[in-house]
Amino acid sequence: MAVEFEVNEREVWDGNYAASQALRQADVDVVVAYPITPSTPIVENYGSYVGNGYIDGEFIMVESEHAAMSGCIGASAAGGRVATATSSQGFALMVEVLYQASGMRLPIVLNVVNRALAAPLNVRGDHADMYLGRDSGWIQMGAFNAQEAYDLALCAFRIAENHSVRLPVMVHQDGFITSHTAQNVYPLSNEAAAKFVGVIDPVDDMLDFSRPVTYGAQTEEDWHFEHKAKQHKAIMDSKPVIDAIFAEFKEISGREYKRVETYDMEDADVCIIGLGTTVETARVAAKELRKEKGIKAGVLAIRCFRPFPYEEVREALEGVKSIAVTDRSSPGGAMGAFYNEVAGAMATSKARPMVTNYIYGLGGRDLSIENVKTILTEQQANVDAGYITTDLQQFTNLRGPHLGFFKTARS
Amino acid sequence: MTEIRWHSRAGQGAVSGAKGLGDVVATTGKEVQAFALYGSAKRGAALRAYNRISDEQIFNHAKFMHPDFVLVIDPALAFTDNIEVNEKPETKYIITTSLSKEELIAGIPALAGKEDRVYVVDCVQISLDTIKRSMPNAPMLGAFVKISGMFELDYFLENMKRVLKKFPQKIIDANMEAITRAYNEVK
Repeated sequence: MAVEFEVNEREVWDGNYAASQALRQADVDVVVAYPITPSTPIVENYGSYVGNGYIDGEFIMVESEHAAMSGCIGASAAGGRVATATSSQGFALMVEVLYQASGMRLPIVLNVVNRALAAPLNVRGDHADMYLGRDSGWIQMGAFNAQEAYDLALCAFRIAENHSVRLPVMVHQDGFITSHTAQNVYPLSNEAAAKFVGVIDPVDDMLDFSRPVTYGAQTEEDWHFEHKAKQHKAIMDSKPVIDAIFAEFKEISGREYKRVETYDMEDADVCIIGLGTTVETARVAAKELRKEKGIKAGVLAIRCFRPFPYEEVREALEGVKSIAVTDRSSPGGAMGAFYNEVAGAMATSKARPMVTNYIYGLGGRDLSIENVKTILTEQQANVDAGYITTDLQQFTNLRGPHLGFFKTARS
Repeated sequence: MTEIRWHSRAGQGAVSGAKGLGDVVATTGKEVQAFALYGSAKRGAALRAYNRISDEQIFNHAKFMHPDFVLVIDPALAFTDNIEVNEKPETKYIITTSLSKEELIAGIPALAGKEDRVYVVDCVQISLDTIKRSMPNAPMLGAFVKISGMFELDYFLENMKRVLKKFPQKIIDANMEAITRAYNEVK
């Protein structure tokens, strides 16, 4: 029987510690892990909780992230509650196996502490790894601070293990900015968390010898397409389940989550759309701009990156005239992926607002309140002119001369 | 919002100091942030750590700040790092040094004319005397408590004991002594 780990109503935790406490309270059966900066403390802490008797789990150290996710797949197929954590190159090495996990419909929870991809080598936060997983068939949720990394990790088990979802879930947090920033966190009591997450009720668990099943069978052109289509439909159909679990979480915590979060959007003429900690910094910038210059600025944030909330984005942006979509990943010869999704959603809107793309923050480059104000002020200039006055895609807070692409003057 | 920037070398405990400070401040019901600019930095490399303290939830995640307090816990960094970067007219400096305030300011042009907001304390010597190794973070907290006036010393010590509870009593006592000495000696 596990030893009780004491938690206070108010703690000062960083995002890694918060995520590891969620794994402990969720009574995860198996963590298979290989360490990588900046996510290491999540699995390291879980290992120490096992070693010190705070949890009756199993911590398996392996030789690579590829093996870590492979081990998670085995443990999850066997019927256990399974989680791990990774970042960057480790995530990249996991990618092949991520598709196996989602294809086998295994409810694994992966904490991704977002970090840039080499080369050049860089340990700091951007969203390159997160984008690498965007077609992998996992549900992807984003935390904007340490509290949310904890809350969403608890919700992730409920979503993944729900019998009408049965999909693996990633919970993203920004490397260092969230993972290594200590802040006030208000955790649930051990009892409340355990009650919320519940006990896993596995489907087709391989340890049920009375009912043998096969995982990872081969399908060629006869059935592969149908399997992948079902998988895609399952992600699309997970939206109401996610909403219901967020609503249930609000009941016990008082903290409300939505797949799309909106701040100061009711009367906004201009807005910035972002992921992760950027959202919170942008909230400050938008409020200050309203006060200082009377610009009706708002912030739209994507909590749930997959399934992508097209309808909700379109609805929230109705009435907004100029929109800045921010991508914290090198687009590699195109518009940012996030821009393309928002632009796709808005292409079917009645108003067809102006949508611009900002590449920012690669490799941990700071994004200040002033940087966000500049972006929002440029959107206001678009509104005043009636067309996009800047390059369609720009790099923000980059050293050296201005870098931008695609001139489109709409008048 | 109170914003604090620590100048330190990796291994001197600025990150632990910032987190310890955050931990204590949170017990007063305030919201805190404690973070550092480091990553693959090796022991001895210059680094900066940061605190934000506010009555309301802190949304700003930028590293950029105009600090209210600059805490320098390595004596040489006062000379070699740009400790005055992004300062405000009211920014207060607490600097670890064996020099007098006049000698220190004479050696650092950026501090000229700021006598009324520069404070000195020898955190390295205090930690050598009390903790028996160079660990200037704990004494700096004592100096900060004095200069900021944010807490009563006894209140801070009580809460710091809780933050340090995983350590042996001897180490806790040494840290309490270091904090108290710096509180009394900073000028």
